[in-house]
Amino acid sequence: MIYQGKQKIWADYQKEIPDNHWFYVRSCIRQNFFPASEKYFLTICRDMLGRDIYETEHHTTCAGIAYHCDTIPQETAMTVVARQFALMTEAGYDSLVTSCITSFGNYTEILETWREFPELEAKIREQLWKACRREFEKPKYLAHASDLMYKLRGEIAERAQYRLVSRATGEPLRVVEHIGCHYSKMFPHKGVGGAEYPCVLSGMAEAWGGQVIDYPERRHCCGYGFRQYHVKANRGYSLSNTHKKFESMEPFHPDLILTNCPGCPYFLDRWQYVIAEMEGKTYGQNGYGIPALTYEELAGLVLGVDPWDLGLQVHQVAIEPLLDKIGIDYDPARKYLGMNEKKIKTPGLPTTLKCC
Amino acid sequence: MMDFGFKLSPSSAVNLDTVDRARYDRLVQLVPDARTCIDCGSCSATCTAAPWSGMSVRKVLLGLQRGRDDEVDAMLSKCMLCGKCTMVCPRGINTRQLILTLCRLDRKGEVVR
Repeated sequence: MIYQGKQKIWADYQKEIPDNHWFYVRSCIRQNFFPASEKYFLTICRDMLGRDIYETEHHTTCAGIAYHCDTIPQETAMTVVARQFALMTEAGYDSLVTSCITSFGNYTEILETWREFPELEAKIREQLWKACRREFEKPKYLAHASDLMYKLRGEIAERAQYRLVSRATGEPLRVVEHIGCHYSKMFPHKGVGGAEYPCVLSGMAEAWGGQVIDYPERRHCCGYGFRQYHVKANRGYSLSNTHKKFESMEPFHPDLILTNCPGCPYFLDRWQYVIAEMEGKTYGQNGYGIPALTYEELAGLVLGVDPWDLGLQVHQVAIEPLLDKIGIDYDPARKYLGMNEKKIKTPGLPTTLKCC
Repeated sequence: MMDFGFKLSPSSAVNLDTVDRARYDRLVQLVPDARTCIDCGSCSATCTAAPWSGMSVRKVLLGLQRGRDDEVDAMLSKCMLCGKCTMVCPRGINTRQLILTLCRLDRKGEVVR
């Protein structure tokens, strides 16, 4: 194949991500699971890297969680999303960045549906006008926050205070990356690298010094899957999916798991405790688990943010062995200090999974 | 161990690195046609014993390659050797001979009968 032909094919796998001026919409659940991730996305982009990211307190859920749980029809979700677009238009932005992977999938699916069925878009515009007298422009660019972080990975690497290498041996840390299904499997061509070369997370890990490891179940679901977890009768299926991933990655001795979805880090983190209690098995070294981090948390660590300010104490799996391995300074006495340095309660320790 | 109200299901993944295929390898030495099976399932569809016994030549061959000897032996014990599967096989495999040969092999692939 001639060189230009190869370049043309490779161009199809790239994603155009504007450098600046984004309208940001938060996730419904991430602030409960990993409270500092969204805050540090804004801090890193705005304060450290000088980008313009706008958010409004008037935005709501995208309704994707209800849509994927089969409790509302898509038209309802469309009208809710149309209102978010109206807020974006009113604020004078044309690029929308979502914190949540399911929101990204939901927005993409709605825009694609409107492209296929313009009459549906007209109907939603009418419904939005009747409901709240708002009008909207569709976003010119739609990205997930990890897309933006991927684009900024070089700048973050330049400002990095730590690299993802072992302080003792100098070897790169072994990173397992797990991309959310609603990012990479619903509309693969809308993500960085498409279906064949999804590199949104591996690009970050490698830029910050880590070594990405491949393993058989790398693209397997984390196990959340909405209906699998939310319906208790199916919850064993959710757990079994996650267990399958851990069994597959275990022989490669990963140091950390890097994720970009609200559900994935939660389940890859919490299910390690459940598996340890059920099976007596742990997957990290010396009885610990494998830390599952969001990309904002990892970027924060690399940039030298205090681990407890990043909210790493709310993870089930102890983060301290990873911090020691990289050589990140932290004060164990500050781990459970809340607002105004006030001591909050220390959680009970699991019986099998080793925690600090 | 703690009861969470749900259970962990064992994985159905087959790790081919840990499967002992000695019995299958010996079978294809003795009945080379076994390699030509295309898993079409005609044998299973026509099997008289299948509806109540679960017998399926297709599953027997797959089970052998996946190291599931208990399932294979259970299926073989249900075969009545009627030969219907031989008549319908589009690849012309003598499935009756295949089953009889397999019954003579132990799990290590040695001929014992």
